[in-house]
Amino acid sequence: MAIAEPTVAPLVPQLLEVRAHRRETADTATLTLAPTGPTALGDAAPRPGQFAMLAAFGAGEVPISYSAMAGHGGAVEHTVRSVGAATAALAAARPGDLVASRGPFGTGWDLDAATGRDVVVVAGGIGLAPLRGVVDAVLADRDRYGSVNVLVGARTPDDLCFAEHLRGWSARGDVEVAITVDRLGDPASRWPGAIGVVTGLLDGACFDPDAATAFVCGPEVMMRATVRALGVQGVDVADVQVSVERSMTCGVGHCGHCQLGPVLVCREGPVLPAARVLPLLEVRER
Amino acid sequence: MGTDTGAVVVDVAGFDALLALLARERRVLGPVLADGVIGIGEIAGVADLPAGWTDEQAPGRYRAVRRDDDALFGYAVGQRSWRTEVNPSRLPLLQIRRRRAGEGDRDGARHQEVLPADPRAGVEPTAWVGVRGCDLAALAVSDRVLLGGEHPDPHYAERRRDVFVVAVDCTSPASTCFCPSMGTGPAAAGAGHPGPTPDLHVHEVCTTDRHELVCRPGTDAGRALLAAVAAEARPATAADETTAAEAIAEAARRIDEHRHLDAEGLAGRLEAALEHPRWDDVAERCLSCANCTLVCPTCFCSTVETTTDLAGTETTRTRVADSCFTLDHSYLHGGSVHASTRSRYRQWLTHKLDTWWDQFGTSGCTGCGRCTTWCPVGIDLVEEATAIAGPTAVAAHPEGGPS
Ligand SMILES: Cc1cc2nc3c(=O)[nH]c(=O)nc-3n(C[C@H](O)[C@H](O)[C@H](O)COP(=O)(O)OP(=O)(O)OC[C@H]3O[C@@H](n4cnc5c(N)ncnc54)[C@H](O)[C@@H]3O)c2cc1C
Ligand code: SF4
Ligand code: SF4
Ligand code: FES
Repeated sequence: MAIAEPTVAPLVPQLLEVRAHRRETADTATLTLAPTGPTALGDAAPRPGQFAMLAAFGAGEVPISYSAMAGHGGAVEHTVRSVGAATAALAAARPGDLVASRGPFGTGWDLDAATGRDVVVVAGGIGLAPLRGVVDAVLADRDRYGSVNVLVGARTPDDLCFAEHLRGWSARGDVEVAITVDRLGDPASRWPGAIGVVTGLLDGACFDPDAATAFVCGPEVMMRATVRALGVQGVDVADVQVSVERSMTCGVGHCGHCQLGPVLVCREGPVLPAARVLPLLEVRER
Repeated sequence: MGTDTGAVVVDVAGFDALLALLARERRVLGPVLADGVIGIGEIAGVADLPAGWTDEQAPGRYRAVRRDDDALFGYAVGQRSWRTEVNPSRLPLLQIRRRRAGEGDRDGARHQEVLPADPRAGVEPTAWVGVRGCDLAALAVSDRVLLGGEHPDPHYAERRRDVFVVAVDCTSPASTCFCPSMGTGPAAAGAGHPGPTPDLHVHEVCTTDRHELVCRPGTDAGRALLAAVAAEARPATAADETTAAEAIAEAARRIDEHRHLDAEGLAGRLEAALEHPRWDDVAERCLSCANCTLVCPTCFCSTVETTTDLAGTETTRTRVADSCFTLDHSYLHGGSVHASTRSRYRQWLTHKLDTWWDQFGTSGCTGCGRCTTWCPVGIDLVEEATAIAGPTAVAAHPEGGPS
């Protein structure tokens, strides 16, 4: 068998410099990362929904979505929730530090599918990170779409990421932003918004279920409930895209960790048609 | 009367000369008897092969025992497969170095370099002698997994590139083998075989009055090697090929009679049986020890170890073989997706026989039987898959009963 010359590029990280560190919540931070040299995989700009394998020096490598696509000088943003050793080290990185990054990998959200249609974005918790790029892209080309609804759920008011961006989108007037929290957390917090699960926001959202495309990311239970609730509203499951999370150590189809039954999530996903993924997620421990 | 395939017949001395020629240019690996198991090791010639040995295998059982002849290849596959030659259990990937580090020293963090491991490092021209049909099929499976995607694995590619393969037909299969069910043996190569064409395809004939090896070239390199031993060879005749074909047919019949997996439509039948009570039953016996995944020639799962030196200036990434029987394999923040043994055994069996097709367009199982032989509690893949998925006939006739 003739074997082509594969490159080591997909396995070798590029060192990116932290340009800015913005605290989102007590445990979540957004890093602005800029290239320090030529990119290993060429100049492929990430698309919303794709991810990178990120590592702070000495810590493990973990999959993290791009929360903002290549801006000035090819800088990207990642929003990291500190839940363990690898993410804690990333969230602790400060301007001037270097972060090792491989990517972009995986599929992105299929925005073309929403052309001329109403857009419904439903995010739970850190799930808003991979969806922020969808909202940015839709708003940058606003006339291409019908109504735009951004529905966000957080555990408590203090756990809400991208508060500034949410306010900015809301202020535009051409996009409906609705936010709900599971509970108040700090009883003294003055929360003017809704309390309850994110699916509750669908009732108040204004879109044509026959001509809407939905983009959903959050914890698995939230995604299952959201796809069901969208169905109740009349949205065909074929018009729903979800982004799923699985353990990943390579990001390029070599390590076998990201299997969800027949799907290698790093390769076929993480963004997948809800119709493909939902039946797989319904099987316990699949 | 010779055949026009370039096939020749050598005796044991001629085969020894052939191995010696190979060893001049390559590191030659072949079957060797060590620690009571016929494994894989460096060989210089016929003297290093386990001549006169065979193996007795059964679920959870392996014994190397003497044969009553001097056959060079009179056994089935041992614990080790060729997988680790192309996909090592430990593989350095890269280092990241920083200039210096100290308390509160952020400058060190700014000066780093990435030093990728050279995929060619330590890779030398190699020959694999005695590769069986199941293992050659496994190589084709691994090629699809690690070279077939958008990002081919450069380390696998370099190890795979320059291997001279001497494939040998199986005529002494083990009780755990089921290659005919999977279409991978007992012939090591030939029309319809899913594996890559070997450089040489050998059939050993060992009877009371004859001990010879029929060698068919599959590549130019194979033809060149046979030409170099022409003085010690005679052209193969149609009768030689008939003898070989009869021995293969006889071995296939013996294996299939003893152990048959109804592979037709198996993926779909397993997919329909994800909640079958037998998963709970097998989970009570399974130790979750990962032996099956470690001996399987097609399992490819790996994880990455990140270690940092004491001075904190150098961090190393090493790729390490992993298994879906570990909790870490499916670990997400908050817990493992495959928390129960039931779900881990189901992941293993359905990956091999069902979802591998979706992911890579082929079965992940070649029928080599290693997982069954080397399971410490003797869990039998064929038995479990049959109990869970049922034979095709049962699916067609819900009333059941033998077909
Ligand atoms: C496609 C995708 C996109 C994502 N996007 C984001 C995002 O934008 N923002 C975000 O915050 N999160 C995101 N995540 C989740 C994020 O990857 C996890 O939170 C992260 O992997 C947690 O790593 P940790 O080491 O900090 O946490 P832990 O929970 O401590 O460890 C998680 C990982 O480390 C491994 N691990 C644990 N212990 C060990 C051990 N002893 N040895 C070796 N390995 C071990 C596990 O196998 C696991 O993969 C995303 C996940 C995916 C799949
Ligand atoms: S699953 Fe078992 S029989 Fe099949 S290839 Fe792997 S070790 Fe061999
Ligand atoms: S998931 Fe399990 S069965 Fe599949 S390749 Fe990995 S270790 Fe083998
Ligand atoms: S993350 Fe390694 S195969 Fe998908």
